[in-house]
Amino acid sequence: MDLAAILFYVFALVTIGSAAVVVFSRNIVHAAFSLMFTLMGVAALYVLLYADFLAATQLLVYVGGILILILFGVMLTSQGYTLNFREATVNVVPAGLLSVAAAILLIYAFSTGGWVITEVDERTDTVYDLGMMLMTDYLLVFIVAGVLLLVAIIGAIVMSTRLSVNTED
Amino acid sequence: MNETLSSMPFLPALLLHAAIPLTIILVYALVAIWAERKVAGFIQDRLGPMRVGGWHGWAQSIADLLKLIQKEDIIPADASRFWFKFAPFMMFAASYAAFAVIPFSSGYIGSMVNIGVFYLLAVTSVLTLSVIMGGWASNNKWSLLGAMRSAAQMVSYEVPTIATVLTVVLVAGSLNLMEITELQSGNDTLGFLPNWLIFQNPFLITAFIMFFISILAESHRVPFDLPESESELVAGYQTEYSGMRWAMFMLAEYADMLLLSLLGATLFFGGWNSPFGDFLAGPFWGFFWFMLKGLVLVFVMMWIRWTLPRYRVDQLMAICWNILIPLSFVNLVLAALWEMIF
Repeated sequence: MDLAAILFYVFALVTIGSAAVVVFSRNIVHAAFSLMFTLMGVAALYVLLYADFLAATQLLVYVGGILILILFGVMLTSQGYTLNFREATVNVVPAGLLSVAAAILLIYAFSTGGWVITEVDERTDTVYDLGMMLMTDYLLVFIVAGVLLLVAIIGAIVMSTRLSVNTED
Repeated sequence: MNETLSSMPFLPALLLHAAIPLTIILVYALVAIWAERKVAGFIQDRLGPMRVGGWHGWAQSIADLLKLIQKEDIIPADASRFWFKFAPFMMFAASYAAFAVIPFSSGYIGSMVNIGVFYLLAVTSVLTLSVIMGGWASNNKWSLLGAMRSAAQMVSYEVPTIATVLTVVLVAGSLNLMEITELQSGNDTLGFLPNWLIFQNPFLITAFIMFFISILAESHRVPFDLPESESELVAGYQTEYSGMRWAMFMLAEYADMLLLSLLGATLFFGGWNSPFGDFLAGPFWGFFWFMLKGLVLVFVMMWIRWTLPRYRVDQLMAICWNILIPLSFVNLVLAALWEMIF
């Protein structure tokens, strides 16, 4: 095993271990904090695949943005003080059956599927390549995604202002 | 396993390489905390620390550090122990990791990754999370309030910071801070001025002003120090911390100040380039000029801290969302137009 392989296993372990905490922790804030390790572990795996831009985007968008929004949501919506905010486990039997079915399906797919293994491209200029691709081959997709996000932003503004008008009445 | 062993000599070299910014941060923090108190003293017409070490109390920070090491590590009984202990280290790790892409001189940069400044912005966004973590885990109202304020503030001010950095990236055409610095070598602007980016494009001057306001807010300095405002929140998210854990928060805060100042020096003031062209240039002088530019910005931050009063929370948010964000985006477009025409 070389250094990259050892690092891969370390980060894979961190990702899976913290993801397990996210799922099994009963304290929702602990789960949210553990999600940070999951997202960072995935970012590290991106780095090992020479996708540095993607890794930094993962950090900036998910850890720096979405996770903080999740924490805000959790802390503002929970009643009373957050440390006592605990969830009960409900619907154990249907959830268990579904999980077992999903697990069987995944293990079956994992053991029978043919895995395509390719050498990792050693890239250094990811940003340049990404920019060129976005401005040529994938221009339409890029613009459509931009318009979609703009619509979402306008929708969010409309919804939040209507709410504040109602509260003033 | 053989390959691991053959890569072993690489590891000590890597550690040594990675320890250089750490040494700089530690020495800087000792000097900066002493300097902050002296600056505060002189601005308020008093002397500041005078006794420890003899000349103007130069050893005051060292004495404080020794005191902090000996202090008991108090963890509140109802705190969330793991996250309470973890938050200070994560905060320092986040600001330290960002130093990897800062070109300290023409001879030293931690990592020559192409995404340089983008990586820096991504890694420092983790700081917000560690502040929330510390504030929430303390199980204290002041801490939680401070943490919430801080998160709202940092998330908001990240937008104008990124927009102004983007303006520079647009003019420079690279995300790598080393390449951005190399671009600014020479003294040709108007015949005598250095080729620093701030002299290259009039919209970069406005970009720098907005960038500086944003980094004041990002590093929680007055007039935007609401997360820690003593008169309202005791000390914000740090309220329950003591001893070395508190010192880690302080260290991270000062490291963040230095990081953002050095980023400003790199983006707008030519990084390690000498202001006199080839005179006093070279790797060692480069380091000197770079630190000098960074420390001047740090000094301006201290100066502002002890001169201006603090904004209210709603004013702080209004400044960001109503003024800085629209202006920085307009500025970005105007800078792009200028680049296109000239």
